[in-house]
Amino acid sequence: MRAPDNPVAAKQDVLLAVDNVSLGFGGVKALSDVSFDIRKGEIRAIIGPNGAGKTSMLNCINGFYYPTEGQITFKGVKRPKMRPYLAARGGIARTFQNVALFKSMSTLDNIMAGRSLKMHANFFWQLFRHGPAMKEEAAHRRVVEDIIDFLEIQHIRKTPVGRLPYGLQKRVELGRALAMEPELLLLDEPMAGMNLEEKEDMSRFIFEVNQQFGTTIALIEHDMGVVMDLSDRVVVLEYGRKIADGTPDEVKRDQRVIDAYLGVAH
Amino acid sequence: MTTAAGSRDDTFPKLLARNARIRPHRIAFRHKDLGIWQSWTWAEVYETVQAYAGGLRALGLERGGRIAVVGHNRPYLYWTMIAAQWIGAIPIPVYADSVAEEMAFVLAHAEVTHAAVQDQEQVDKLLSVSDQMPQLGRILYDEDRGLRDYDHSRLHSIRSVIEEGRTRLAEASEKERSEQELRAGQGSELAIILYTSGTTGRPKGVMLTFDSVIAAAEIGCDFDKLDETDEIIAYLPIAWVGDHIFSYAQAILSGLCVNCPENPETIAEDRREVGATYVFAPPRVFESMLTLTMVRIEDASALKRRMFKFFIDHASKVGEKILNREAGVGLWDRFLWHVGNVLVYAPLRNRFGMTRVKVGYTAGEAIGPEIFRFYRSIGVNLKQLYGQTEASVYITMQPDGEIRADTVGRPAPRVEIRIDDNGEVLYRSPGVFVGYYKDDAKTAETKSPDGFVRSGDAGFFDETGHLKIIDRAKDVGKMQDGSLFPPKYIENKLKFYPNIKEAVCFGDGRDFVGCFINIDLVAVSNWAERNGVTYASYQELAGHPLVYDMIQGHVDEVNRSLASEPRMGGAQIRRFLILHKELDADDGELTRTQKVRRSFIAERYDPLIQALYNGTMEADISTEVTFEDGRKGVISARVKVRDMTLYPAEWAASLPEAAE
Repeated sequence: MRAPDNPVAAKQDVLLAVDNVSLGFGGVKALSDVSFDIRKGEIRAIIGPNGAGKTSMLNCINGFYYPTEGQITFKGVKRPKMRPYLAARGGIARTFQNVALFKSMSTLDNIMAGRSLKMHANFFWQLFRHGPAMKEEAAHRRVVEDIIDFLEIQHIRKTPVGRLPYGLQKRVELGRALAMEPELLLLDEPMAGMNLEEKEDMSRFIFEVNQQFGTTIALIEHDMGVVMDLSDRVVVLEYGRKIADGTPDEVKRDQRVIDAYLGVAH
Repeated sequence: MTTAAGSRDDTFPKLLARNARIRPHRIAFRHKDLGIWQSWTWAEVYETVQAYAGGLRALGLERGGRIAVVGHNRPYLYWTMIAAQWIGAIPIPVYADSVAEEMAFVLAHAEVTHAAVQDQEQVDKLLSVSDQMPQLGRILYDEDRGLRDYDHSRLHSIRSVIEEGRTRLAEASEKERSEQELRAGQGSELAIILYTSGTTGRPKGVMLTFDSVIAAAEIGCDFDKLDETDEIIAYLPIAWVGDHIFSYAQAILSGLCVNCPENPETIAEDRREVGATYVFAPPRVFESMLTLTMVRIEDASALKRRMFKFFIDHASKVGEKILNREAGVGLWDRFLWHVGNVLVYAPLRNRFGMTRVKVGYTAGEAIGPEIFRFYRSIGVNLKQLYGQTEASVYITMQPDGEIRADTVGRPAPRVEIRIDDNGEVLYRSPGVFVGYYKDDAKTAETKSPDGFVRSGDAGFFDETGHLKIIDRAKDVGKMQDGSLFPPKYIENKLKFYPNIKEAVCFGDGRDFVGCFINIDLVAVSNWAERNGVTYASYQELAGHPLVYDMIQGHVDEVNRSLASEPRMGGAQIRRFLILHKELDADDGELTRTQKVRRSFIAERYDPLIQALYNGTMEADISTEVTFEDGRKGVISARVKVRDMTLYPAEWAASLPEAAE
């Protein structure tokens, strides 16, 4: 599906580096001593069996958890302990394993919500939807409409998302993440629970986001076909440890990965 | 008449120039993009098209050359057609959803050298079959999304072509040349080739001249008094003659505004926003809108449901009469209809996006009479028309006040109609085609030397001078005494009764018409309950004498109605029987789309057909059936046959030539 030597990724510009990160909840170790990096412009997949620590890893990256050991460097700056919205302002957006949208709001409003960090008009103007706030809203609406067009969801622009089928909700969630114009987009199982056609659509959108806007993407996904097709590099976790890291082909041939996925005779 | 011929504007580019002159600031096209209706005035369209035409010439499109247009309804694709016509090239619109092979056939057959397409999807399709159409040199596209990394040696964005043309137009010599090209176009020249999808065999290219397309557009505009204040929404395939006449020819001729929806899924909402005044839709669109409404009403509160039911019932009694301005509607009924209009009908029309509709058309296939009447009863002036690509659409239309669900209306203005001996409808009008492209044999078969065109449909004029289409002419058989036997027409009449689910008629080459009937289990079991008929199985119910009596009553009514229609009297049903099992697609008796497979049934139930025609009153039959889980079993039954009394035909065998 994609050329192995992505010209952007080949530049080896590291956008985010994870160094020796461990994360514990009391006695439970969710992650131990994990290191890998995400390069600018690539699609990076994080895979692993259930409970391997993939979502924990994503939560560390977007600042929801703070690693108990090790450090995360984003754009060359070591990350202090921070709230997720600061990570968001820094250019990291994400979608969730279970869709987390405002159910009673329309598709348009949900995606507009993704722009809220970029709105600057003060509370007073926003309250009256007048003057600078109106002008700003028009500019943001334009960006949002581009996203709606990009994701081909014009027909549900004004539909409350609670009424939409699951596959479309996932698409709206991706739209909201895109509205932040992120540098790094984290996708937590973007294709879970979708049928084949929806998966193909979603793969196409992820690929096009990466190609057209040059957005760096880190995704967790269980569908191996999708992962192998879509990603430039794959990191494999098992029981909180990294067991493999490399191109899809390398990872596919790795004995430890095969054992982790297919089981091993004892 | 809004005639163009008189004022020398005999091509669409010339008409466009006229529009830019007399109504430069009126909106010509709208397209919803990024959630906003973008609009272009006639002056802007004229300027763009002139530049586009020059750009196309610069890309090597010549006078007499051909350019394919592929995609949904987009302003730039419509403009491609005018721009091509400007320089004397012939546009070939192609169905956007046709697969690559079909497209390759049409493009190769038409020898197109250029193609203007909507987006990456269509570009990919063309590139995948480019080896089958060596003439195709350049591909132009409207939306650039996803095409950035393609090889651009043959690919051009339409906007860049227009830009190129604009730069050239800055020079006086180029401007002069462009004006000359515009003047050089003649009404007698080929305007367009429309490929008909063709249910059998390869698509045929119907060649139409400017004169015929403009004549057809004049018929439509005059008939419904369209002018520049009208709005239509263009959403049907651009390769279909209907869209070409409604959204292209009539729009440019009368200066009305064409609205292109955002994408195929947003049409209902876009129509509501625009408030179209002229609507065209195939029956299924009206059907699905009505079904959706009925489903949603079920979810409404009890009060609203009751209000809806009360007023819709009232509308079905008097609504049509009020719309037709017929006398005989009481003051109170009128008052009630207007109350209903405020509370129910107007909001409904608004929901359908039909608040401002002057006239709506449905065509293509038969519309259910109750659906047709529903829309008319709530005040939508819905009409039927009968048309064909070869006629530039119009053959018959329904004038105001003469609108009925079961006919397609009177001959359209300037159209002559003749009924052939085999019942086939022949027509002649200024809108008829020149011929099929590169197929003289087919042309000679379809078009007679005196200009009459065979429609392929069988029909007749009823006592009020309205045309009724009964079936495809090749499906209409002849009985031994020479009278017509239109099986589908009779079967549809039977199926109109809720108790009859399916009917299969026989009669081609026979002395009389015989018929198999399938009862509708839901309707008949309901009837059985009310009438105290007890039964244990479908088979027993189907063979019950009282059920036979009831069905006999229906068949009798059908016979009476056949006898009252010209040339149909001979096709009355003389003997019928009720089948002991339901016809089923699993047994191969129906197609998957629920159409009866006549010859298969004739073979399978041969003993029953024998019984119909040899005069016995009972016959034994055993048939193999396939159950839903795949097991097979045998059903045997003794089926009774009933004789019918026939009515004398009210019409003489030969009918005076129908009105013109």
